[in-house]
Amino acid sequence: MNHQAEKLYLYPVWVRIWHMTNALLCLILIITGLSIQFSNPSTVVKFNAAVTVHNLAGIILTISYGFFFLGNLFTPNGLHYVISVKGFFLRLKKQFLYYTIGIFRKETAPFPVDEDNKFNPLQQVTYVVLMYGFVPFVIVSGWGLLYPEMTLYSVLGISGLDLTDLLHITAGFGISIIMCVHIYFCTIGKNPTSNFKSMINGYHESH
Amino acid sequence: MIYKANIRPAWIVLLLMLLCLLAFTMIKTSDTSSPVNIKIQTEQETTSRVDHTKFKNAAENEKCFKCHGQSKYTYENPESQKTVTKRMFSELVMDRDVFYVSNHREFKCTDCHSEDYESFPHAGNLRMEAIATCIDCHGGDEKYAKFEFEKIDTAFLASVHSEKHNEDFTCWMCHDAHTYKINARSNENLKETITYDNMICLNCHGDFKNYQLLTDKVKPNILKKHEWLPNQASHFTNVRCIECHAKNEDTLVVAHHVVSKKQAVRKCESCHSQNSILYASLYKYQVSEKIQKEGIIVGLLTGESTSIGPDKSNTLNIISLAIFGLTILVIIIHAVLRIKK
Repeated sequence: MNHQAEKLYLYPVWVRIWHMTNALLCLILIITGLSIQFSNPSTVVKFNAAVTVHNLAGIILTISYGFFFLGNLFTPNGLHYVISVKGFFLRLKKQFLYYTIGIFRKETAPFPVDEDNKFNPLQQVTYVVLMYGFVPFVIVSGWGLLYPEMTLYSVLGISGLDLTDLLHITAGFGISIIMCVHIYFCTIGKNPTSNFKSMINGYHESH
Repeated sequence: MIYKANIRPAWIVLLLMLLCLLAFTMIKTSDTSSPVNIKIQTEQETTSRVDHTKFKNAAENEKCFKCHGQSKYTYENPESQKTVTKRMFSELVMDRDVFYVSNHREFKCTDCHSEDYESFPHAGNLRMEAIATCIDCHGGDEKYAKFEFEKIDTAFLASVHSEKHNEDFTCWMCHDAHTYKINARSNENLKETITYDNMICLNCHGDFKNYQLLTDKVKPNILKKHEWLPNQASHFTNVRCIECHAKNEDTLVVAHHVVSKKQAVRKCESCHSQNSILYASLYKYQVSEKIQKEGIIVGLLTGESTSIGPDKSNTLNIISLAIFGLTILVIIIHAVLRIKK
């Protein structure tokens, strides 16, 4: 077995800056979001402080997302998010079986990382759902809560504000779950820390 | 380069967002259910659907409404032999439509006012007529025991209104017996209750003419005084003034112990917390009704969402906790198996 790592420059500077900003903002938003959601006079982050920080982080996240959105629209990085329909479910199944069975048998990954395929099929779907589903959703609903007078007063007999609130926390919860899984999956690399290092120096180490 | 034929998801999202924005703008502009519209509709309903004649005292009351039911009245001047039309003072005008949907709609005017009013011109000394307060009629009455008028009276006497203005401030300042309609216990639309109750406060605190009746102070600018409040407009339409400006009594549906501004609630987490004071005030009636109808367990578990921050629906909390716990468990099992093999 060749242990000599092959280094691929996969993460350009703008992606790394955006990724770190995004990670930090998500952590702040989850902590302050939970403080607002389960606010109590005895919580560590006081309600008004949590709201101020949450709002500010949310505004920065919108800018940061805009940066990512435009970047993916006009740079080659966006191509990694294009899902090829042909054989999609088969590839998904292959990757799923690798994560649930193959990985324990020390099999090689079915879709090794290369310049054209930064993400495996499961990653690709997750990131598309996350970045083009959950995140824009949480941003739009967040702005709706920031300017409640802008939300619809009533939707199908339900308070528009309550519905926005419910959708916002559901999307936020979805992001938190994906984030936990994402961090764990990052330990699946050449060694448990290599993927984290990649997001600092930009080089992916194959294993 | 198999990707070249495909479209980047960002373009799809951009297109979807534009479509959503367009749909939202269309719905928003045609949204007729804003609190302002509700108020207008309510007023229209009360002024067009009341059949006065069905009330047993309607004919008798019409003798008064003939003059007091509109902004002008006419009479024959016996000396000049002419018909004179005069303007009725606005505070003496009683709207029939509002009266006949009020709580006292079955009453005869002379049940409370002197029968001497039946002659015209009214005698000057009638102006000195004592006006009954709520407790004068409702106090000690078994039929009205559930409204707890005695407790309301005690709370009111301890309030800053009573303390500062003594006997000048009576129940009438907020509850005109000609127009008062029970609201918090009967109206299922919380927004309407909020608007109705807040209008009672704004009748003086938002109207200099009425404010001046009891004080020489310059009327404070409510909007400026509440500048510190985030999302001011939203607070004003979603909670009542008394939520922060009155002390709650356990058994009273509507708090009457209005406190001084120094004692008013200013901490966000007083309302925006899991043990929000709103459950004991604004949502008190709804919560107790729900518990009565659906039993304590279902009533508490399925408590309505209120946008006040903390999610009081335990069901959702349990589901999210279960999903989160399961995710962490799967991660741990996966990690352990990876390390072991």
